[in-house]
Amino acid sequence: MEHFLAKFAKHIKKKVIELTRLIIVISYLEFICLLKIDFWDFTMSIIKTINLNKIYDAETEIPVHAVNDVSLEFEAGEFTAIIGPSGCGKTTLLNLLGGLDRPTSGTVTIDGTDIIKLSSSEIIDFRLRNIGFVFQAYNLVPVLTAKENVEFIMQLQGIPKQQREERVLQLFEQIGLKDRLNNRPGKLSGGQQQRVAVARALASKPKFVLADEPTANLDSKSTSNLLDIMEKLNEVENTTFIFSTHDSRVMKRARRLVSLEDGKVVSDNNQMEHR
Amino acid sequence: MLLSIAWKNVWRNKLRSLIVIVSITVGLLGGLFYLAFSNGMVQQQINSSIKTEISNIQLHNPKYLINDEIKYGIDNPENKIKKIKSLQEVKAVVSRIKSVSMISSAATGTGTTLNGIDPEAEMQATDLYTKITKGTFFKTKLRNPIVIGEKLAKKLRVKIKSKVVITIQDMSGNITYGAFKVAGIFDTHNSIFELGNAFVLKKDLTDLIGYHENKITEIAILLKHNDMTNITETKLKNMFASEINSDELTIRTWKEINPILKMLNDMTIQFTMIFVIIILVALSFGIVNTMLMAIMERVREIGMLMAIGMSKVKVFFMIMLETVFLSITGGIIGLFASWILITITNKTGIDLASVAEGLNSIGYSSFVRPELGIFFYFFIGSMVILTAIFASVLPARKALKLNPAEAVRQDV
Ligand SMILES: Nc1ncnc2c1ncn2[C@@H]1O[C@H](COP(=O)(O)OP(=O)(O)OP(=O)(O)O)[C@@H](O)[C@H]1O
Ligand SMILES: [Mg+2]
Repeated sequence: MEHFLAKFAKHIKKKVIELTRLIIVISYLEFICLLKIDFWDFTMSIIKTINLNKIYDAETEIPVHAVNDVSLEFEAGEFTAIIGPSGCGKTTLLNLLGGLDRPTSGTVTIDGTDIIKLSSSEIIDFRLRNIGFVFQAYNLVPVLTAKENVEFIMQLQGIPKQQREERVLQLFEQIGLKDRLNNRPGKLSGGQQQRVAVARALASKPKFVLADEPTANLDSKSTSNLLDIMEKLNEVENTTFIFSTHDSRVMKRARRLVSLEDGKVVSDNNQMEHR
Repeated sequence: MLLSIAWKNVWRNKLRSLIVIVSITVGLLGGLFYLAFSNGMVQQQINSSIKTEISNIQLHNPKYLINDEIKYGIDNPENKIKKIKSLQEVKAVVSRIKSVSMISSAATGTGTTLNGIDPEAEMQATDLYTKITKGTFFKTKLRNPIVIGEKLAKKLRVKIKSKVVITIQDMSGNITYGAFKVAGIFDTHNSIFELGNAFVLKKDLTDLIGYHENKITEIAILLKHNDMTNITETKLKNMFASEINSDELTIRTWKEINPILKMLNDMTIQFTMIFVIIILVALSFGIVNTMLMAIMERVREIGMLMAIGMSKVKVFFMIMLETVFLSITGGIIGLFASWILITITNKTGIDLASVAEGLNSIGYSSFVRPELGIFFYFFIGSMVILTAIFASVLPARKALKLNPAEAVRQDV
C-alpha cells in the first residue's frame, strides 16, 4: 500500500513536471510569437516614397531636378542621416517627406496615408499629429519662453494643461535645460535653442522627426551634445529621426546613411545591410 | 494662447507699434475734439436760443403763424397759463404780444419785431435780463421804456435814454406811431436776434395799438430740462385738444420753431462724423502698412509655425488679433485722451475772440464749450474696432499665402 502510494506520488510529480515543461514551452513560444509580432511591427516602414520627383522651374529653360526618382523606406526607430553636397536636394527631399512641399510626381506614404492626396489644411493637421520638425535656425517663436515654445504645439493639439506641464518637465529634463524653462530664445545659446527645438519636435510624440541640418549653426561641442540628446530620445522614446547633414562628425553618429547626389540616391547602407 | 502670442507680438518692435499707436491717438484726438467742439458750439447755440429767445415750447394761434398780425391772438391766456403751470416739467410760462414794427431813430430806421412783455414774468422764463450791458431791464422811471439789442442800437446809433419811434399797425389796421425811450441794451452775441427784436412793456403796447386786455399772441414755456420737450408737448396736446381741433391753438417745440437749429445740429454731427471716418480710413492704411512690414520680417517664423502644424485659421486669427490689439490700444488711449481734453476744455471753455465777429453774425456765440455725449465715445470706439478688423484682413491673408517650404529656407 505504501509502495503504491509512493509510486502514485512519483507519477503525479512526473506529470506536474511534464505539465510545467509544457507550459514553459508554450509560454516561450507565445513569447517568441509576441516578440516576433512586435519585431514585425517594429520593422514596418513608416515612411515610403515611390519614384519621387521634384523639378523646380519645370517650365523654364533651366529646370532643376532637385529630387530625382527617389524610392526609399524608413522604419520606426531609425536614426538616419541624409547626406550629400550642397544643392544635392537634401532640404527638398525632407520637405517632401514632411509634406511641406508637393512633389512633381511620385508618392509619399506615411503610416499608410498617401499625404500627396491630402488637402493643404489636412496636411497641416497631419503634420501637427505625426511629424516633428527641427530646422537649421529660426525654430522658436522669440516672444515666447522656452517652455511656452514647447507647450505651444501641445496646445495646438489640444492636450490638457496637466499633461502638458508633465511632458514639458520630462523633456527639459532630457535636454538638460530644466533651469532655462522661462528664458526667451534670445537668452539661449544656439545649441540650447536647437535642444529646445528638438524638445518641441518631440513634445507631441510624433511618429518621426525631420531635422534639416540641425547642427549647421553649432560648434562641435554643441553639435555632439545635441546628437547625444537626439540619440538618447531615439532610445528612450523610440522616436524615429531623419536628419540631413554634410558634417562628417554627424554622419558618424547615424545608424543609416542615405547619400544623395544631384537629387539621386547614390548609396544607402541600410539596403546594403539587407542584401 | 493665441491672444497672448498676438499681444506679445504687438510689442516685438516697440518703436514701430508706438508710432502706430501714437498716430491713432493723435488722429482720434483730433477727430473727437473737432466733433466735441462742433457739437459744443451747436448745443450751446440751441441752449442759449432756448434760454434767451424761444424757450422749449411755444403756443400760438395757428393763423398768427401764417400771417403774423396781432389780431390772431390767444384768448384767456391767464387761464391757459395756470393749466400749463400745473405740469411738473414746466419751470416757467410767459405770455407776450408780438407784432412786426418799424423802429427808427434820428439816424435811420429798420424793421423789427416788437415784443410786449411783462418784465417780472419774462425774467422767470428767459435770461434776456442777464444780457443787459447798458441801462436796466425795465427798472426805470422813464416813460415808454424800450429794451433793444446792441446791434440794433449801433445800427440806429442810439444810446440809453435816446428816443426811438415805433411805427406799427393798430387793431383797426391803421398805421400808428409811438415814441419810446431806450432803457436797456442787451448783448446776446447773436446778431439776427439782436436786430430782429425789441422789447416794450405789454401795457404800453396794448395802449398804443388798442389791443384787448385779455388777449396775447404768444405763450412761451420753459421746461426744467430740454429732454422733457417731447413728453411735455404730448401732454399739452392732450390738455388743449379741443382748442387745437377748433384751430384756435397750435403747439410747437423749438425744433419746429427753429428748424434751422435742428438741421444745424444734425448736419454738424454728420459732417464731423464723416471727418472722423476719413481720419480712421487714413489711419487704417498706416495700420495695414505696419502689419505687412511686420509679416515680411517674420516670414520664416510664420512658415515655421505652419510647418509644425499651426493651422491656417489660427495663423490668420493670430495676425488679425495682432492688428486688432495694436489698433485698439491706440483707440483706447485716443478715446481716453480725447475725453480728458474735452472735459478740461468743457470746464474752461474756449474763447474764439479772433473769429468771434464772423461767428456772431451767423448766430453762434464766440465762447465755446466742447462737449460730447457718451454715445459718441462708444460709437467711435466701435468704429475703431471695425477699422481694425478691416485693416487686419489684408495682412492676415498675406500671411496665409506663405508657402512653408519656401518660408523656412534660409535664403528667403
Ligand atoms: N524654390 C526653388 N526654386 C528653384 N530651385 C530651387 C528651389 N529650391 C531649391 N532649388 C534648387 O534645388 C536644388 C536642391 O536644393 P536643396 O536646397 O534641396 O539642396 P540641399 O541639399 O538642401 O543644399 P544645402 O546643403 O545647401 O542646404 C538646388 O540646386 C537648388 O538650387
Ligand atoms: Mg538644405
